[in-house]
Amino acid sequence: MARRRPTLADPHASSALAHQFEDLGQQHESASLGMWIFLATEVMFFGGLFAGYTIYRNMYTAGFVAGSHELNVTIGAINTAVLICSSLTMALAVRAAQLGKRIPLVTLLIATILLGLAFVIIKLTLEWRHDYLEGLVPGLNFTFAGPNARSMELFFCFYFVMTGVHALHMVVGVGVLFWLVVQAWKGRFGPERFNFVEGAGLYWHFVDIIWIFLFPLLYLIGGRY
Amino acid sequence: MATAAVELDTRVHYLNANYGIKSWLLTTDHKRIAILYMASITFFFLIGGLAATLIRIHLIEPNGAVFEPGTYNKLFSMHGIVMVFFFLIPSIPAVLGNFLVPMMIGARDLAFPKLNLLSWYVFMAGGILVLYSVIWGGVDTGWTFYTPLSTSYVNSNVLSAAFGVFIAGFSSILTGLNFVVTIHKMRAPGMTWFRMPLFLWAMYATSIIQILGTPVVAITLVLVAVERMFHVGIFDPAVGGDPILFQHLFWFYSHPAVYIMILPSMGVVSELITCFAKKRIFGYSFVAFSSVAIAVISFLVWGHHMFVSGQSIYAGIIFSALSFLVAIPSAIKVFNWTATLYKGSISYQAPMLYAMGFIGLFTMGGLTGLFLATLATDTHLHDTYFVVGHFHYIMVGGAVMGYLGGIHFWWPKITGRLYPDGWARLAAAIVFIGFNLTFFPQYMLGYLGMPRRYAIYSPEFQVLNVMSSAGASILAVGYAIPLVYLIWSMRYGPEAGPNPWGAKGLEWETPSPPPTENFEEIPVVSEEAYAYGAKEAHVG
Ligand SMILES: [Cu+2]
Repeated sequence: MARRRPTLADPHASSALAHQFEDLGQQHESASLGMWIFLATEVMFFGGLFAGYTIYRNMYTAGFVAGSHELNVTIGAINTAVLICSSLTMALAVRAAQLGKRIPLVTLLIATILLGLAFVIIKLTLEWRHDYLEGLVPGLNFTFAGPNARSMELFFCFYFVMTGVHALHMVVGVGVLFWLVVQAWKGRFGPERFNFVEGAGLYWHFVDIIWIFLFPLLYLIGGRY
Repeated sequence: MATAAVELDTRVHYLNANYGIKSWLLTTDHKRIAILYMASITFFFLIGGLAATLIRIHLIEPNGAVFEPGTYNKLFSMHGIVMVFFFLIPSIPAVLGNFLVPMMIGARDLAFPKLNLLSWYVFMAGGILVLYSVIWGGVDTGWTFYTPLSTSYVNSNVLSAAFGVFIAGFSSILTGLNFVVTIHKMRAPGMTWFRMPLFLWAMYATSIIQILGTPVVAITLVLVAVERMFHVGIFDPAVGGDPILFQHLFWFYSHPAVYIMILPSMGVVSELITCFAKKRIFGYSFVAFSSVAIAVISFLVWGHHMFVSGQSIYAGIIFSALSFLVAIPSAIKVFNWTATLYKGSISYQAPMLYAMGFIGLFTMGGLTGLFLATLATDTHLHDTYFVVGHFHYIMVGGAVMGYLGGIHFWWPKITGRLYPDGWARLAAAIVFIGFNLTFFPQYMLGYLGMPRRYAIYSPEFQVLNVMSSAGASILAVGYAIPLVYLIWSMRYGPEAGPNPWGAKGLEWETPSPPPTENFEEIPVVSEEAYAYGAKEAHVG
């Protein structure tokens, strides 16, 4: 192990280094480990939903398949493409931060924000609103009648909770990215200081991956094709 | 002593580095945040204890001495919710863990000091919401929020209470995250994993449970809220849901949560036993890995809460067998602590009395757990006072004894002052006697068939109930005494010095109270933990 700096003797070599750390390497490792652990908690959070969905899908297969057929695969696919593009711009933004390129960083972050907002707006206007008008929203307006109406209602409960919680994560992510844009504009990031951008990137990719699981689970499986 | 007292006031340390309410509410010093938590959970303990007192007063009479049945339901729910989520779960991790984790590994602070402060605010936000819920209007579902009772039948503040618990859960997650990163990345030079004090292994295992378990109960409470708000059938069988799924999700967190409460106490006991026997721990790696084993197995046993809930009998058999497995690492700890005492030079100061109390009471609680993990006996004992006795032996006899032992052990480090040892020993003895008198009769009541959660009971159970209530009043005295002399000692206690117990560990090598960054210079560790007797180079 490298010889560590004594505590109070010499001042911090770099303003990017928080007082509790010995060096930038330790600080960077801690930040990314912390972020990965946070993502593990998110996996468990969504895991509860996925488990519940899987169990009910097994119990009420017909209703869940019928519910799945009511969803618009084309719009789901477009949104998937939008999210994958946003992951690309996010990954490039992290690279720009590491290299300390200010203008590309700001541009890429804004592009990521726009793609994220596009996803949420498409979801809201073209899917949820449509579902509401069709009478497919349990608790607010569920008018579907048919042999599997009960279990279809359960499907839509999970559909709205899962996509809703996911969309909430997108909105939080957009908020974080806004803050990063402001910081990036002020030139706060560079080769010594990119942990925040990297952490936000990990979060953003994670939220995308959740969608990559949600899309087939909700839209595709069920013998439609 | 006189000159030493002057030294305490003149030297700059974390308590007098700056003054004013703002310097506390905006602090990022892990030691100050520990004290914020200590004050908060003491307050919640008093609230939960008040509810317990009212419950025990009510149960003196078979027909209920004081309250309406509905009020009684709200009281035991308040007791359970406040004690579990706002006292026991944060107790040792958020107070002693916060104070000690950086000091024991030789770091200046936790890895994320601001996050640490945030987690206190999150905790308080959840706590205030829950206090509002249980006091104005109340909640009457019990701390378990079972569906469909909680979603379709009761008219109490389920939503706001569940939301409060949901919020407080994130505090627990953030604390666990902070500890794991700190223990991985911030150990001082020479502090290898197998030189770490066993308290840190226990905190690490606890943190893993906090990180992986809490999100599951969080999403479960979200689903409960959705079901209650929109009247949809996620868990309500009347509309196609499955109440057993709720129980699976709830206990997936809430069984491991029991180990969030007990593992830290086990860590404390390892520190106390070695210090007051002045011996190396017997079988260091066994004790260390038994903490990890308990954390892992804890995630595989939740079904033992559902033996009579309609879960498949095959699942029941497997959960029963897995639950027995937890006894192995638990017993390893108890045997190793006992073996550590063998031929030790034992002194019975107050922290040691709590540690000894812990071992005895935890053993009782653990052994009665085996009765409940056995399918046939559980059918008889399920939802009786036997269960109440069992988990109070674990959570009060275990977790609270460990917490009090730890507070008494590290109090001189935290405040720089000593409390009166005679009073402390007396209080420990009163707690032990009062505790047994309160909860041992509950085993008998449960065995005789008295169900839990009822506001009234058959007259033949009265003698044992009166004994339990009498014990509770003794227990209350036992808890009140430390509150008095510990607060007294903060001002009038004699100067403690850096190491009043002659203990090993980095936290004892720095002055009491420690300076803001803990150490004048980051220490270099060259010996294993608990190197008592090896070379007593410097004591005191
Ligand atoms: Cu359990």
